[in-house]
Amino acid sequence: MAGLSLAGVEKSYGSVGAVRGVDLDVAEGEFAVLVGPSGCGKSTLLRCIAGLEEVDAGTVTIGDDVVNDVRPRDRNLAMVFQNYALYPYMNVRENIAFGLKARRTPPAEVEARVRRAADMLGIGALLDRLPRQLSGGQRQRVAIGRAIVRDARLYLFDEPLSNLDAQLRDEMRTEIKRLHQELGKTMIYVTHDQIEAMTLADRIVLLREGAIEQEGAPLDLFERPVSRFVARFLGSPPINFIPGRFEGDATGLAVRCGEDAVFPLPRERAAALAARAGSDVILGVRPEHITGSTHAARRLEHLVPHEVTIDLVQPTGTRLYGAFALAGIEVLAELQAHDVERPGETIEVLFDMQRAILIDPKDDLVI
Amino acid sequence: MTRRGRHSTLLRLLAALLLLVLFLFPIYWLFMIAFKTPEEIFSSPPAWYPAAIQFDNFRVLFKDGDAKTVFNSLFIAGSSTVLAMFFGTIAAYSLARFRTGGENLAVWIISQRMIPPIAIVFPLFLLYVFLGWVDTYHGLILLYTAFNLPYVIWMMRGYIEDVPLELEESALVDGYTRWGALLRVVFPMVRNGLFATAVFTFVFAWNDFIFALVMTRSEVTTYPVQVTHYFGAQSNFWAKIAAMSVLGAAPVFVAVAFMQRYLVRGISLGAVKG
Repeated sequence: MAGLSLAGVEKSYGSVGAVRGVDLDVAEGEFAVLVGPSGCGKSTLLRCIAGLEEVDAGTVTIGDDVVNDVRPRDRNLAMVFQNYALYPYMNVRENIAFGLKARRTPPAEVEARVRRAADMLGIGALLDRLPRQLSGGQRQRVAIGRAIVRDARLYLFDEPLSNLDAQLRDEMRTEIKRLHQELGKTMIYVTHDQIEAMTLADRIVLLREGAIEQEGAPLDLFERPVSRFVARFLGSPPINFIPGRFEGDATGLAVRCGEDAVFPLPRERAAALAARAGSDVILGVRPEHITGSTHAARRLEHLVPHEVTIDLVQPTGTRLYGAFALAGIEVLAELQAHDVERPGETIEVLFDMQRAILIDPKDDLVI
Repeated sequence: MTRRGRHSTLLRLLAALLLLVLFLFPIYWLFMIAFKTPEEIFSSPPAWYPAAIQFDNFRVLFKDGDAKTVFNSLFIAGSSTVLAMFFGTIAAYSLARFRTGGENLAVWIISQRMIPPIAIVFPLFLLYVFLGWVDTYHGLILLYTAFNLPYVIWMMRGYIEDVPLELEESALVDGYTRWGALLRVVFPMVRNGLFATAVFTFVFAWNDFIFALVMTRSEVTTYPVQVTHYFGAQSNFWAKIAAMSVLGAAPVFVAVAFMQRYLVRGISLGAVKG
């Protein structure tokens, strides 16, 4: 096992830059998730780490070794592919043992390790089956078994759950998290699914157009995004962006959105931003930070009331998402199940201005 | 089943049977002649089947050494098939995986196969005379190899492209070399295509007449050329023609029977999410 270090890694296909100057350090035993929309270069980056793509510039270091010119087979990595990559003419046992045999592991040890990996994944009874006799979830377990059976320096996962249905995906996500806790191996995991990223990662690396937009602990990124892109990518349903303008007066600073909505900022934030009075701003508020006022235990300074007409309700059981229009934008609020009975009702909601994100529309960066 | 349905089924069966007899009769007649005595061959009205199975016609072929031409054909077709399959598959892998030469090279290669043999046989003959390769085993083997290569490359390229790239990449990461991945992953995955292509490659060399006629004299005559020796200006040696044809058809029957299970597709099910 080892850590991973990328320095100035670049990779282009023709004139298209897929990875553009990535610097990244992953500590030994860490679970790092590369996440981003499709085409952001996350899979390419993973393939560069695996050695399936040669990097155009920069260095890839695994442990203490620079591996730029090392063939995939000599990097001693294990990789799980999106579509399983099981050999159809080999049974489960042979599939799991394939990598061990390549490294001339003694047969007795192969058998023992295959057994252990299979038991760990709950596929011990399937060892003599062929891949085509397995369900999607079982195939995915075999693919993971093929990786964890190895004593590799890094474990790479390339969107391993994207072919599974929602329920199985949740199940396997838990499984992978448990495996990482049990094995304590360094894992690099690629996904486009922000929920997978949030739940699995020790560290999220959010990529955009081939470069790292932000990296850090999941909650760090979620609560303190550096840009509009990061704020938009993490969280479901996504954050609301409401265009507005800083308005200052003697008592402090507020954000005005449209004609009649004025949201005063908490004192500390207002003091720090006083110089911006008069300039444009985008107010980013997550649905869970717009709540129904009836259930608020007490009125705090940073919870700013505003009256809205809910024109769309989406109950999820415990909660209810209500949509309303503000400054020409459809805004989603996370309400309690019975805050609104039917569309068209006017209620008072509270905007959490302490947690609201303020974005400069000129560069889309968080202020 | 309704009356009407039963009738139409019967009618169709009858039509099929009639066609079958029509198509199979020449082959039946060929086999019968091979086992007939000279008197039976020329008897009128014709004898539908020999009175007794006897192998005199074949015995003559072996005694005179004519049967050696079947061996020649086997050796030449077999060797050229092995060579064409080996080099063709490697070339196809290169085209499929490394995009060697882009799309144009692949099309150019298959276009070579479209040249009518007769158009190139004369210049080739001159070249062979110059090289001293006329009437040699290696001469014919190389000729068939060269002629079959485009076909093998084209076919195998398609089969290899159908192998999911991840299977190979997985093997590479797991610790195999390119050659290891080719041997342990790609070959098993394209096994059916490999056999099917080999059969067609073999059959082309086996059945070729024009190259063999021009490029051989007496040492390495193949069986199709040998058969034509029995057509004389004055008379035809029907017994020899028939016996030789049976000898020539037999290996192909055996090969197809043996290979049939490989010619069935379906092994690649379950490789990736379908």
